[in-house]
Amino acid sequence: MIRVVLPQHLRTLAGVGGEITLGLAAPITIRRVLDAIEANYPMLSGTIRDYATGRRRPFLRFFVCEEDWSHESLDTELPAQVADGREPLLIIGAIAGG
Amino acid sequence: MSSVRVLVGTKKGAFILTADGKRKDWKVSGPFFSGWEIYHLKGSPVDSNRLYASQSNSWFGQLIQRSEDGGASWAPVGNKFAYDGVPGTHQWYDGTPHPWEFKRVWHLEPSLTDADTVYAGIEDAALFKSTDGGANWHELSGLRGHGSGPHWQPGAGGMCLHTIILDPANAGRMYIAISAAGTFRTDDGGATWKPINKGLVSGSMPNPTAEVGHCVHHVTMHRTRPDVLFMQKHWDVMRSNDAGENWHEVSGNLPTDFGFAIDVHAHEPETLYVVPIKSDSEHFPLEGKLQVWRSRTGGNEWEPLTTGLPQQDCYVNVLRDAMSVDTLDECGIYFGTSGGQVYASSDAGDTWTPIVRDLPAVMSVEVQTLA
Repeated sequence: MIRVVLPQHLRTLAGVGGEITLGLAAPITIRRVLDAIEANYPMLSGTIRDYATGRRRPFLRFFVCEEDWSHESLDTELPAQVADGREPLLIIGAIAGG
Repeated sequence: MSSVRVLVGTKKGAFILTADGKRKDWKVSGPFFSGWEIYHLKGSPVDSNRLYASQSNSWFGQLIQRSEDGGASWAPVGNKFAYDGVPGTHQWYDGTPHPWEFKRVWHLEPSLTDADTVYAGIEDAALFKSTDGGANWHELSGLRGHGSGPHWQPGAGGMCLHTIILDPANAGRMYIAISAAGTFRTDDGGATWKPINKGLVSGSMPNPTAEVGHCVHHVTMHRTRPDVLFMQKHWDVMRSNDAGENWHEVSGNLPTDFGFAIDVHAHEPETLYVVPIKSDSEHFPLEGKLQVWRSRTGGNEWEPLTTGLPQQDCYVNVLRDAMSVDTLDECGIYFGTSGGQVYASSDAGDTWTPIVRDLPAVMSVEVQTLA
């Protein structure tokens, strides 16, 4: 099981409490995780990556095993700790705005 | 007994204010979509319990929400706004070409005849339509494609399509307005469009009377006289008697003719309301006095309405979609401010009362009169 931690607003939108879990077979990449999120929670489509460009929204970051993966290719395979559920993929909103 | 439902979009959520026909005791519900910018929400004229809301923020982009029960509960619907074909470019602030990019939905206009049909005015300026209750959206691309699109430029608030007016007497006719391109009309349901800006004079433009490029802030119409339009331009209050073919200024004795909001009395097509704002660099009332000005003559002759409104130390703004009217026998007028107040008058503007005082900055106000 893949574990994903969403920002609070997206948890509210998806109607989930804490982490979400996704059943995904290898290879585990951020793109495949995002595809699975949008398939399971269609109300989140367009909220993490832009519809037109497919790119991560600029005020969001991806963190994996305490490292910033925001600028990695979406098709890079995630570490084994994420693939086997020991560590979550963190999707974090920028601390910004008023 | 009739009742009134006021739909308020704010910088940090939506609120619904309800009262019976006396409009004395108000119940405030919300916030809905807490923490999100709600540029606009509006109910269907066909089914008053069908509401649409535009929800967005800088982190997560755009969502559209729909309610089937008058706002008690909501569900997200489609939020994919893809320009038709290759979007091309418009002009950036510095005059260079800039790609068309979807940013947000400014205005939602439900159909007058079908609860599942709704129009969306977006930034960067384009008009979208849904015929399935907001599940899917497609661009009416004849607007951007009519020829002048590459020359449109954003106003300070972005290049937004903020006004959509459906003609109740002519199903094919629709008006839209864009900052800062101007006003456009279709007579064939959105397939083709023409700019209707003749008579507008904008001194800040290289050609003050150009066909496009005017910073139109808002346009309104009385439902019984769809060929008569009233406009609050950046500066100037304007009127057209021929469906926008020609405009003339009706600012008359207004103390300043800059402003954003303009609306028409529900039963008196020649009675108008504006909120004069000091200037384009000082977005607050003159001398700290919040005043609605009313014309009972279709413009030119205006009177200040001040009873119940703060007349000192008031430095709020009233945005373009933040004024609305109800259709009760004694017409009610409503407007919201950047200070979070929503003021109401149940006597056509003679006296005002804040029906809620401390909301986040108000971006839009729409009123439903319920049987």
